[in-house]
Amino acid sequence: MTIENQVKQRRTQAGQTVLSVSDLHVTFPSEGGLVRAVRGLSFDLAAGETLGIVGESGSGKSVTSLAVMGLHPSTTRISGSIKLHGQELLGQTDSEMSQIRGRDLAMVFQDPLSALTPVYTIGDQIVEAIQAHYDIGKAKAWNRAVELLDLVGIPDPKTRVRSFPFEFSGGMRQRVMIAMAIANDPDVIIADEPTTALDVTIQAQVLEVLKTAQRETGAAVIMITHDLGVVANMSDRVIVMYAGRPVEAGSVDDIFYRPRMPYTIGLLGTVPRLDEANRGALPVLEGNPPTVVDLPAGCPFVPRCPIATEECSSVEPVLTDAGDPNHWVACHHLDEIKAKGLDHSVLFPAPELAERELAEIPRGERPVVLELRDLKRHFPLMKGAIYRRQIGTVYAVDGIDLDLRESETLGLVGESGCGKSTTLLEILNLGRPTTGTITVLGKDTSRLGRAERKKLRRDLQVVFQDPMASLDPRMPVFDIIAEPMSVHGYSKSEIEIRVRELLELVGLEPGHAERYPQHFSGGQRQRIGIARALSLEPKVMVLDEPVSALDVSIQAGVINLLEDLQGKLGLAYLFVAHDLAVIRHIADRVAVMYLGKIVEIGDVDEVYNDPKHPYTQALLSAIPIPDPKTERTRQRIVLSGDLPGPADPPSGCKFRTRCFRYATLGEGDRARCRDEVPQLTVHGADHRAACHFAD
Amino acid sequence: MSTNVSPVLTEEVSANPVKRLNRGRLTFRRFLRNKTAVVGAAGILFLVLLAVVGPYMLYWRFDDIDPNAFLSPPDSAHLLGTTQAGRDVLALTARGLGKSLLIGFLVAILSTSISAMVGASAAYLGGWYERSMLWIIDLLLVVPSFFLIAIVSRSAPDGDTSWLLLVVLLAAFAWPLSARVVRSLTLSIREREYVLAAKFMGLGAFRIILRHILPNASSLLIIDATLGVGYAILSETGLSYFGFGVHAPDTSLGTLIGEGARMATTYPWVFLGPATVLVFLVLCVNAVGDGLRDALDPNSASGGQA
Repeated sequence: MTIENQVKQRRTQAGQTVLSVSDLHVTFPSEGGLVRAVRGLSFDLAAGETLGIVGESGSGKSVTSLAVMGLHPSTTRISGSIKLHGQELLGQTDSEMSQIRGRDLAMVFQDPLSALTPVYTIGDQIVEAIQAHYDIGKAKAWNRAVELLDLVGIPDPKTRVRSFPFEFSGGMRQRVMIAMAIANDPDVIIADEPTTALDVTIQAQVLEVLKTAQRETGAAVIMITHDLGVVANMSDRVIVMYAGRPVEAGSVDDIFYRPRMPYTIGLLGTVPRLDEANRGALPVLEGNPPTVVDLPAGCPFVPRCPIATEECSSVEPVLTDAGDPNHWVACHHLDEIKAKGLDHSVLFPAPELAERELAEIPRGERPVVLELRDLKRHFPLMKGAIYRRQIGTVYAVDGIDLDLRESETLGLVGESGCGKSTTLLEILNLGRPTTGTITVLGKDTSRLGRAERKKLRRDLQVVFQDPMASLDPRMPVFDIIAEPMSVHGYSKSEIEIRVRELLELVGLEPGHAERYPQHFSGGQRQRIGIARALSLEPKVMVLDEPVSALDVSIQAGVINLLEDLQGKLGLAYLFVAHDLAVIRHIADRVAVMYLGKIVEIGDVDEVYNDPKHPYTQALLSAIPIPDPKTERTRQRIVLSGDLPGPADPPSGCKFRTRCFRYATLGEGDRARCRDEVPQLTVHGADHRAACHFAD
Repeated sequence: MSTNVSPVLTEEVSANPVKRLNRGRLTFRRFLRNKTAVVGAAGILFLVLLAVVGPYMLYWRFDDIDPNAFLSPPDSAHLLGTTQAGRDVLALTARGLGKSLLIGFLVAILSTSISAMVGASAAYLGGWYERSMLWIIDLLLVVPSFFLIAIVSRSAPDGDTSWLLLVVLLAAFAWPLSARVVRSLTLSIREREYVLAAKFMGLGAFRIILRHILPNASSLLIIDATLGVGYAILSETGLSYFGFGVHAPDTSLGTLIGEGARMATTYPWVFLGPATVLVFLVLCVNAVGDGLRDALDPNSASGGQA
């Protein structure tokens, strides 16, 4: 028997409702009181449709998916109704739900690295998923597994099916997860942040696979994400959640072009755009998302809402239709917003930022504060426990040249594994690289003495990616900010005054000084990290993905703060990020890295408007833009394969194994790519790219 | 309405005091909130007082022999009874408590400090230093410590301070196991960004270990130290039982318990006095350790407020 002749009894016609959720409430107990994670969510999902659920962390979107799958902890209280083909799922026992899970309902999790069992082969795990629901022989199930891997674009599926998860990269594992999810031809696929842990070029691949999978199975997809670009790319309909409650629901065009709830309006306004040059400060949604314990009466958005009135703080608004039967908004001021056409420029005006005076001086006349010349960092690859021998070399950074001038921002972008972080650590260590030189403020770091190096550290400070991890949880905020100053011999009274100044400078209250970092939200913590970095009045700041761990509505505030500080203090930023939209907004110049080399560098607008290197082109095209119409018409360059390992890079041009241009070249030209390392060549006033065939 | 407003205002003002609370005072304030820990601390204080002041306040001295009372049960003359040799159990307990407290706390502090420094520095510095430290640790782990202590303490010169040698020996064999645990914990703490941040702001290795690594391993260290107190007292008990630890006429809780245990069923008072004190001491130490851990750990439930 094959799966096809064990066809499910309940096939649904396209357009009919598959999953119907109404008035869903999810509450679970915690130390601090009852957490009301979801409060009154309703939606109908039609076959073949994609529903996007958007919200920041703590808005209840993941809890919703777990409740639908019946995977919530036993202490959770759920009320309302979840119906699949009219059959009520709430109240089913776990064994009954097991019948439905994986057959009718499937899920793709966020972290592909931990979602597969490491001790079984990929094939075994897919076969297990099939045999759990259908009584078919091992050989048939195995063939089906190969088919599925082929469908999700795993090259050479017949041999790869016998591989173990550790032999696959993150993107490949996520493909396997999708293969497992569609193994039994489900009616609903829930994808919970399926691409958040992946690089942008891999994200583009996985989203394509998800679309293919949906087309093949005709399943409905619930796409849970915080990335508005992904929503614009994938969804037909969107629900925006805030503090456990749907605040706006409608078609993707309604949400993106006619948002009516102030939160949605603010959220869309605060996102930096990949396709637009910097137009000054970003609009800011002040404040933080509320915790869902002990919510006050009224609309949870009141503290951050510019048009909140008495009524808003006493009565929580319900979803009402905004003139269109498919567009629902929960706001008391809906009519006013609609009539006046209020948008984010009115509701959330961008703050005034300090002007950069130094930026008036032409770039060439400003002093160079950081210079890398042919910087290389190679790590030996060792083997053996007693007799250790070198079996290879990891070419983490393989010859890069950069210069950073006073009061400018240089963006460094690239996928994980391209050597961005190694470059940063190499600079921050102020040591001797494998070859090449690092010059900070005119001083060659390989010739520094101990005391000189310590002195130089004052001028070179760093802000890390994860504000949770970069602040010592055992230290009150005051001690955290004061630490660098006490190391460099400031007096006690000086420190006392300076910490207060710094807290004010980054927008925190001086009274916060004696709290611990965990009493702050992510955005506030990042501000503490920035205050610490500023305490020694550095000239150069290295920013390692400073906003990527923050919620969308918090990001804008931190980006504005960084720009403002640059204007006030004349700082130079080396800004590392994988989010190219943020780089476009904040950077003056951008350098694109691939496998330890810079493939393109230049003025940010020139590079973004007219990318020369095929990798830059692919990277820019892979990023979803929060604009559904643009998304529908965009031609995407989807790169094949993964980043090769830096221990065994391809000869000649390192990008050629994934290059779409290489594929179209004649044999003679290909030989050139294989044998000759391309050098950076000039393509504009401030624009260089390393490709033999850039024009 | 105005009465409602003013307390809020004063609270606001007092939330920004002129004198800022530093880390130590914050910890102390949080410690005071934990009632069990405060009771434990009071208990330890009481025991210390008993050990220090007790011998001067009591009628009997620990080496007095009452020829009229051999193995007499508790009465008005001897509140906790007497031993076979006619010595007062209360006086002996006070004296023994003093010795045991000294041995217990000194050994615990010494061995935890050594294990913290060695473990953390081995993991943080790495290289040859780490490897040689691990060799030493492994070597000490396989050596039969009990016999070594017995032999060394036996051959040492007798005197009033011979128990100090015992402290050193007990500490020398107590640290290796926890040093290994501290090392593996440090290996993960070392990778955290705040340690990197400290390094890039110019902090030296020693200060990073002291300020950032050890405080974040403090839960483990405190548990290690509190267990260490009990371990040291009990090891000393064992050694004294075989006659290797504290020598007569001096005494310790271990010696007393060892002596009393032989006739615990027939003449229980010789055993009960020191045993109760020992149990009470270990309970108090654990309560204080718990409170200290919660006060130092800003994530704990008692850390809701600063």
